[in-house]
Amino acid sequence: MIIRVKPDKTGVVTDGVKHSMNPFDEIAVEEAVRLKEKKIAQEIVAVSCGPAQSQETLRTALAMGVDRGIHVEISGTEYDTLQPIHVSKILAKLAEDEKADIIIVGKQAIDDDANQTAQMTAALLDWPQGTFASKIEKLNGELHVIREIDGGLETIKVKLPAVVSADLRLNEPRYATLPNIMKAKKKPLKKVSPKDLGVDTTARIEVLSVEDPPTRQAGVILADVDQLIIKLKEGGHVQ
Amino acid sequence: MLMPVATNLVLRRLSRPYLSHLFLLVQNYCSSVVQEVGSAESRSAELSTVKKKQKFPFAKNLFLGKFDHDVLTYPEILDKERLQTLNELVAPIEKFFCNVDSKKIDATGEIPLQTLDQLKAFGLFGQQVPEKYGGLGLNTTEYARLSEVTSIDGSIAVTLAAHEAIGLKGIIIAGNENQKCRYLPRLATGEWIAAFCLTEAGSGSDAASIQTRAKLSEDKKTWILNGRKIWISNGGLANLFTVFAKTEVFDHVGEKHDVVTAFIVERDFGGVTSGKPEDKLGIRGSNTCEVSFENTPVPAENVLGEVGDGFKVAMNILNSGRFSMGSSAAGVLKKLIGLAAEHAITRQQFGKPLTEFELIQEKFAKITCLTYAMESMAYLTAGMLDTYENPDCAVEAAIVKVFSSEGCWYGVSECLQVLGGIGYMKDYPYERILRDARIAMIFEGTNEILRIFIALMGIQHAGIELQETVRKLRNPLMNPNFVIYKLWQRRRQSSDSPKLNLGLDGYLHPSLQVSATLLEYCVLRLQYGVEIVLARHGQTIIDQQMMLKRLADVAIDIYAMTAVLGRASRSYCIGLQNSAEEINLAVTFCQDAHSRVKRNILDVDNGPIINNDLNYKKVAKQVFKSHGYFAQHPLARNY
Repeated sequence: MIIRVKPDKTGVVTDGVKHSMNPFDEIAVEEAVRLKEKKIAQEIVAVSCGPAQSQETLRTALAMGVDRGIHVEISGTEYDTLQPIHVSKILAKLAEDEKADIIIVGKQAIDDDANQTAQMTAALLDWPQGTFASKIEKLNGELHVIREIDGGLETIKVKLPAVVSADLRLNEPRYATLPNIMKAKKKPLKKVSPKDLGVDTTARIEVLSVEDPPTRQAGVILADVDQLIIKLKEGGHVQ
Repeated sequence: MLMPVATNLVLRRLSRPYLSHLFLLVQNYCSSVVQEVGSAESRSAELSTVKKKQKFPFAKNLFLGKFDHDVLTYPEILDKERLQTLNELVAPIEKFFCNVDSKKIDATGEIPLQTLDQLKAFGLFGQQVPEKYGGLGLNTTEYARLSEVTSIDGSIAVTLAAHEAIGLKGIIIAGNENQKCRYLPRLATGEWIAAFCLTEAGSGSDAASIQTRAKLSEDKKTWILNGRKIWISNGGLANLFTVFAKTEVFDHVGEKHDVVTAFIVERDFGGVTSGKPEDKLGIRGSNTCEVSFENTPVPAENVLGEVGDGFKVAMNILNSGRFSMGSSAAGVLKKLIGLAAEHAITRQQFGKPLTEFELIQEKFAKITCLTYAMESMAYLTAGMLDTYENPDCAVEAAIVKVFSSEGCWYGVSECLQVLGGIGYMKDYPYERILRDARIAMIFEGTNEILRIFIALMGIQHAGIELQETVRKLRNPLMNPNFVIYKLWQRRRQSSDSPKLNLGLDGYLHPSLQVSATLLEYCVLRLQYGVEIVLARHGQTIIDQQMMLKRLADVAIDIYAMTAVLGRASRSYCIGLQNSAEEINLAVTFCQDAHSRVKRNILDVDNGPIINNDLNYKKVAKQVFKSHGYFAQHPLARNY
């Protein structure tokens, strides 16, 4: 199946599409479960903001070992224009309500690649942040977050509470198994609305147009470099 | 409600265009002990329902021209909750299989331990083992759904099937409580692997002719097992074997008889050796080898079922395992159709994409119809097995096996053909899947044996009811009135236009009315065919294999039509995505099936001279006489 742009150019067609968890978020879930298995964390709460189908995603997280879920229901046009700023406000509010010590998020969603939620959430809460974590350790009441940077590895120390975002090599997420899927059905899943949390999710952006990428033009085989230069000049690619 | 599997396919191939945002809050990093979440209660207990009694065996009744209308109502076995759980379970397994390196498994002839461990963690080694023995407790429908996924890699599919569809199945079907408690928990987790030991060098399809022997010791506490089994799937890995051996019994007059008995044999009993893995055409990662038993002591309590029940146990195991080949084959083909379609859409020849060439369109249409039929039959049969108490579905299961194994071979080969030379290369999965698929027509009963089985089971069922008719028909001089009456009744049948009186169209959506009439025609023609061969051959029909094959093929087509029509009608009525196109799939399939049935029954009616059987026999006779090809070389000499 091919991704198609809606006729009114407001987005892509998503009818009948199966929702699944963002791969970076999956890594975040796995890390949280491992923290709990190492008895560093006591309880894990998974949060998903989106339409009713988000609950399926939360169930997957519960089956991976999360203790309870909070579904922040946002649907229709509001969901279409939901931005990291809104999600950050929701997370910040929930973190305060739940008295969370660590917020772990995926470094970015793979649909919009925004890569803003961790940073904004930390700013809103005025907590330290450890983004793009490829390893997390808890030493002397602090978190040591190792990040892959251009020059090598960077280790930063953050005091708790803190916000961490998961990079690709942090871990390899486990698969949910039937016994755990069955256990997950008994775990609590709470539904709230952004209004309950006092977060305004009114759109801050307006989508003007979503376009298909231009179709690729057929190539031609040229005899020699001179021909190539002529063609490039004709096309205005070189001067 | 069942998920529309065709829709699933579309979804699976989508790269996730948008995802829900999932974020996490980890609370209280203190090291206090975490409260254990209440374990899930036994699902089978929650969902156990009283099963219906099966009115008649459906496929067998077709041979009498009788049709159970209920079967046209496509089954919805799983309640909402259980269906959702199944889909939740399928998703991670599908994801895992996306990362299985089938090419490497094929090349190295081994499934990596890591892969096996994850399969075990999923619980895939105990899918149908009841929960109280540590298995997943899946019903047949759920098992069929998972088989669709696990068959993506042929080697893994066969390893799993050898373990649970045949290796440990005997313990579930015929084992006593002690045997179940002792073995099933270890087998369900995959800690132990099971194998099924029936085939011997001199005993393939003729399972009753095995030579392996077990002798009871003086104190009657131990059986001593001796013999060699060949081509045992999982033979080198298994810790536990279901072994069939000849044992001696004395009848009431004190005469000695040989009977077949089934034993549960642990590798650690001693005297068990396995040979080196066989080098095979396909399913190369599945371990196949010889297993020898030399004075292996087997405790008396390890007899499976009763002494002398072995043949029955073996047949029950094999009959109950076959149906899952339907969904497995469909799973493979659904994946390949997607890959081949992608190629046809992008590949350009003569200035246009392959999709615009009619012969390519025909291929995709045929493969899709076939796959749809396989999938429909698989879940119809699974539904029957789940619905009825002690269902008689051996014929249905054999039909599914024959149809799907051949459909899979044809479909994979055609997908490969779409890619042309590219399809022949080892860098693409087609050639491997083709090699892997070839075994399906051979193992778990060759398709030849199964065709005879389908036809004979049907005829035997019909024969009881037709006994009187056939007796009279075979002696027209003594029963002139009856024969004249019968001829009058048959006048329409003999001109190939039976009176349609089953009213099948009333059970399907009106858009399928034409196809329903075709189905009805086929059912009545099968009945006619059965009457003809019985009247013509009587008891000797067992040896008329070419005739039996035709009747079996007709029964296969009728069953496929039934499944396809019931499913399409249901899909349309409940409004599944693309269900209008599904109706078209069903109509297309039925038209093809109808032509095959028409031809087959005409051939039965025409007899061996016109239908060429006699010539085939002559040619074959000459081949055997000459020990091979007998025509002289065209360049042998000049005139």
